[in-house]
Amino acid sequence: MFYRECGQFKSGYAADQAIFPILQDKIAMGVLLAVAFIVVPLVATEYWLGSILIPFLILSLAAIGLNILTGYAGQLSLGSAAFMAVGAFAAYNFALRLPMLPLVVDFILAGVVAAAVGILFGLPSLRIKGFYLAVATLAAQFFITWGLTRFGWFSNNSASGVITAPRIMMFGYELTSASSRYLLTLSIVAVFALLAKNMVRSQIGRAWMAIRDMDIAAEVIGIKMLQTKLLAFAVSSFYCGVAGALWAFLYLGTVDAQAFDLNRSFEILFMIIIGGVGSILGSFLGAAFIVLLPIFLNVVAGLFGSSLHADTASHFEVMIFGALIIFFLIVEPHGLARLWQITKEKLRLWPFPH
Amino acid sequence: MAITGRRVGETLLKVENITMRFGGVKALTDISLEVKQHEILAIIGPNGAGKSSMLNVINGVYHPQEGKITYKGEVRSKMQAHQAAAQGIARTFQNIALFKGMSVLDNIMTGRNLKMKTNFLQQAFYWGAALREELEHRAKVEEIIDFLRIESIRKTPVGRLPYGLQKRVELGRALAAEPELLLLDEPMAGMNVEEKEDMCRFILDVNDEFGTTIVLIEHDMGVVMDISDRVVVLDYGRKIGDGTPSEVRGNEEVIKAYLGTSH
Repeated sequence: MFYRECGQFKSGYAADQAIFPILQDKIAMGVLLAVAFIVVPLVATEYWLGSILIPFLILSLAAIGLNILTGYAGQLSLGSAAFMAVGAFAAYNFALRLPMLPLVVDFILAGVVAAAVGILFGLPSLRIKGFYLAVATLAAQFFITWGLTRFGWFSNNSASGVITAPRIMMFGYELTSASSRYLLTLSIVAVFALLAKNMVRSQIGRAWMAIRDMDIAAEVIGIKMLQTKLLAFAVSSFYCGVAGALWAFLYLGTVDAQAFDLNRSFEILFMIIIGGVGSILGSFLGAAFIVLLPIFLNVVAGLFGSSLHADTASHFEVMIFGALIIFFLIVEPHGLARLWQITKEKLRLWPFPH
Repeated sequence: MAITGRRVGETLLKVENITMRFGGVKALTDISLEVKQHEILAIIGPNGAGKSSMLNVINGVYHPQEGKITYKGEVRSKMQAHQAAAQGIARTFQNIALFKGMSVLDNIMTGRNLKMKTNFLQQAFYWGAALREELEHRAKVEEIIDFLRIESIRKTPVGRLPYGLQKRVELGRALAAEPELLLLDEPMAGMNVEEKEDMCRFILDVNDEFGTTIVLIEHDMGVVMDISDRVVVLDYGRKIGDGTPSEVRGNEEVIKAYLGTSH
């Protein structure tokens, strides 16, 4: 089947503005979702589901969050992991202190708390821009992890500052198997990815991009800086907060504030840079690159078997990983999502040269 | 010649004794001018005369230290740019200020942001009111795209467009707000003759069809004399002339500012 849209006429703006205006994309997305929801839980091992796919999905969600703030609204942030921590600890406290709430409500409330904290740390963005703002969000990163460790109330006075997720109940069933946790994560991430896509193709998304591209012009056509920037911080932190709650509840189970340190923030930032700044698809591609590539390299190193010393092999992995990051950024500075888009544009003409 | 059938109406904007300083530099000194409804007013003057500063004062980007601005009979003080936009003032910029990463369509859609009423939660679901609103405004934006004859590039990212078309898209974005007062900062700078003629046509059509009042800054005297009803001349931050194109052309001081004096 050729990837070509000729003959697909649109007779209304609704069809033209659809999320996948091209039929082939619609089919591909349907197939992808079917595979993710049905085939993967059937064939994937416990290890793959629990230790690779779940963290990949959760980090994709956090990357979407950061992409909304940095990719769409243009506000550089190094505090994404801190907002994940806020979400994780908020969800823990809601589950602990208000046990009657359903799990999904806990997650959403955790996101709301993270959004409130995000707004607070977003306030400096009205005055400072670019790298300076990144430093201000760095303060959020250190302050929040410090606060969560320092004040015992957040972790219910556990001696080690570690929080342990309660049993995961959905509709009266307990989710114990990796595949059930995977399906719950996948559902949440899929829904939030769709909502994010809708936001960025609506008025609010255009307002964010307007501020990113030319803030004076944005203000002159009536966009309110304060509201729009803070909303970007709120929505972004909400996504990171939900991701943090999922990280604690559905992936690790037990977690402390140090799981959300600066390295995690950098990791999420690398995901959107490699995946594509200002692209929802890019958030997934970037997360896949960062999470899956090291595992792939590990498998490749395993093929060499005993010919390589274990230490040498792991050093090679890190080196190749670094080299690949640089390679991809040189080939396409706008990330994997842009690479994918170029491929699609080329495919429209293939196999004819013009 | 300007279209004579149009009725120039009451005073829309009145600027009185504006003085604007940047540190020790006076960009504008004691300037007063009036803009009447439906007219095309040109502001001219040598480089650094304070023309762009004047526009920035009118739409709230700059706040003058002294003076009073009355818009539609309402005195405004310390107005923010987005408030001016809400009152119906739109503008374009001397150096194109489009949203580079967005398509032509999205740029012009952004111009309609003040007309959109749904909140981000409704938009996140892209359903019901939000979807209806998006489609309604898309239809409006398509009218502007037709008007400016840029149908073929509607999905193109503006960064890829040639200069002349970018200027046209920027006009489109300003028009999308359905402004009462449109400020154009050198809409024809750097264009060739054909592009200038097109742009003049669009400006006259906007003025004629939508009744939009237009204040423009322009260096091309041919254009200024042809399309404007009235001309204000600035030099070193002072107003040195105000009148119909032919009056201004005969003004001693204006001639001096442009050509210099013989010694």
